[in-house]
Amino acid sequence: MSPIAFPPKTISEQGRAERPGLAGWLLAPALGWMGVFFLLPLALVFAISFASRGTYGGVEWTVSVANYLNVIDPLYLKIVLRSLALALATTVWCLVLGFPLAYYIARLPARWQGVWLLLVMIPFWTNFLVRTYAWMFMLRTEGLLNTALIGLGLIASPMEILYSTTAVLIGLVYGYLPFMVLPLYAAIERLAPSLVEAAWDLYASPWAVFRRVILPLTKPGIVAGCLLVFIPSLGAFITPDLLGGAKTMMVGNLIQHEFLVVRDWPFGSAIAFVLMGLVLIGVMAYVKAEESDRGQKEER
Amino acid sequence: MRRRILFAKLSLLLLSLVLGVSGCQPTPEEGPKKASQAGRSGVTLHYFTWSDYVDKALIEGFERQTGVKVAVDTFGSNEELLAKLQSGASGYDVVVPSDFMVSIMIGQGLLADLDLNKIPNAGSIADRLQRLPFDPDNRYSVPYLWGTVGIGYNSEVIPVPPDSWAVLWDGRYKGKISMLNDQREVFGAALRSMGQSINSQDAAVIAQARAKLQEQKRLVKTYTSENYHQLLAFGDVALAQGWGGTVARAMVERPAVKYVIPKEGGTIWADCLVVLKTAPHKDLAMQFINYLLDREVAAKTTDRLLFASSNREAKALVQEQIRDNPAVYPPDSAWDRLEWMADVGEAIRLYDRAWTEIKLQ
Repeated sequence: MSPIAFPPKTISEQGRAERPGLAGWLLAPALGWMGVFFLLPLALVFAISFASRGTYGGVEWTVSVANYLNVIDPLYLKIVLRSLALALATTVWCLVLGFPLAYYIARLPARWQGVWLLLVMIPFWTNFLVRTYAWMFMLRTEGLLNTALIGLGLIASPMEILYSTTAVLIGLVYGYLPFMVLPLYAAIERLAPSLVEAAWDLYASPWAVFRRVILPLTKPGIVAGCLLVFIPSLGAFITPDLLGGAKTMMVGNLIQHEFLVVRDWPFGSAIAFVLMGLVLIGVMAYVKAEESDRGQKEER
Repeated sequence: MRRRILFAKLSLLLLSLVLGVSGCQPTPEEGPKKASQAGRSGVTLHYFTWSDYVDKALIEGFERQTGVKVAVDTFGSNEELLAKLQSGASGYDVVVPSDFMVSIMIGQGLLADLDLNKIPNAGSIADRLQRLPFDPDNRYSVPYLWGTVGIGYNSEVIPVPPDSWAVLWDGRYKGKISMLNDQREVFGAALRSMGQSINSQDAAVIAQARAKLQEQKRLVKTYTSENYHQLLAFGDVALAQGWGGTVARAMVERPAVKYVIPKEGGTIWADCLVVLKTAPHKDLAMQFINYLLDREVAAKTTDRLLFASSNREAKALVQEQIRDNPAVYPPDSAWDRLEWMADVGEAIRLYDRAWTEIKLQ
């Protein structure tokens, strides 16, 4: 099963072909928008990634692949690996926290589901930057968390959480959790309770019910949620900057650093493309694996 | 049917998610202003300045006088300013680069000639800020606010007043130190502590400073140019490399905070008002610059922002305790050891590379 549900092919065969031009025109606004505001800038960034930097920044059009070779520098590879690890940790934590929550919501009576989903969403009514600043106030040395824990006598001296990798992880998990919960909810909501009951009736252990019934049937939601969390957290730069104290650099910060501090746009562009390439390869590898997996099952 | 409602609900939620997250640009104040702020005259002046320099009351005076709206946008470092202008962020009229960045921007042909006839207040610039090497005749720039870079420290934690940059390398204060998120200033601290000029172009010296800063990184709690007055005031750090005025802001909230210009010397800087070559409203820009340099406005600026104004007549009008604060107006005894930051030419690449290595570590 692929993570994206394609509409069944039969739609086009059901006699809608009488106005063949219409479908094309419906696409035009979106295609135009994407072309002008996505593909064109992307092409520009791609072109710049082969140029080189002037002394004070700016772009000099001497074509070379030097920027891409530069990315392999251990200095930068380390950042890429650190970002992958942090994005992976974010994804795992979101999944661990999000799955039970989504399961709970999906099993509520219908009218309560809307309320709970709304609660998941409410933080998004406030600007992300403001919420990140709020975390700074909570995590700082004389902040809410430390004051409360000391007041309760749980710790003796304040914990130094702010400006650490832990703070970055907390911020990322907080920020991206809803991206995990929503697709999971959609998948779990579609899971018929009778299937789970059937498994119980057949004396499956709780673990077996989870692994052999719930997990396979909600897999598309898990995959969609993981992608929605992993990809943006890989490129995050505000959270590491504010909560990490500009010390824990991720790829997103590196790109920002190259553009805004060092003013080396060509190199920044090259890193951006390498990052996109990595994500693309990951997603394609997954889709490929799914296809061959399905192929094998059908053969059987 | 139920499925379709669910789907609609979900896509609505996802939409608000995307909107919520994509609205997370670092400068939240810039968005809505531009469209809706045209003033009585329908003209909007675009002012691009340091995030530390934003004060609504100061701008409103000009808006009342002229009927023009002023849209304010902010940056956090000279490099960021340059990068944004190079990316073609045009439409700004008045910009506030620091000394060395003025010379770079002159070199890049970004600045328009000032019409000093329209800026009579430029005649009141303090003696020490006249004929500055990067633009001796004020052809492109006039100094606006100025000050020093030194160390702000919490005297409750550090009872013996530090007098050397070396204190920022003292292992006892591990995790209690913040540095500016500004490559030239951070290198300035290291270079000065080594007895070198902050404008060194010598690759070996820069490499040595880099090693020193890499060694320091484990002691540093954060690199920030924006909220370190809060960090000092709330006790998150005990030592902060910082701009005098920002440290003075911490003193307001926590009187135990003190400021020192180390014996090895520190940076003296002046942020200057310039008009971009591409500015759509040049005359108005000159008028705005003259307004900001007016002695009354300048004194009020110093009172509110805690950065010294370049107008020599303004100093007398500034509140006494601010006037006497060494973080705002450096004492005469410190002048000999202050150094202007200069454009380092090609060596900027060495600094860029070294700064990246420190940050990536």
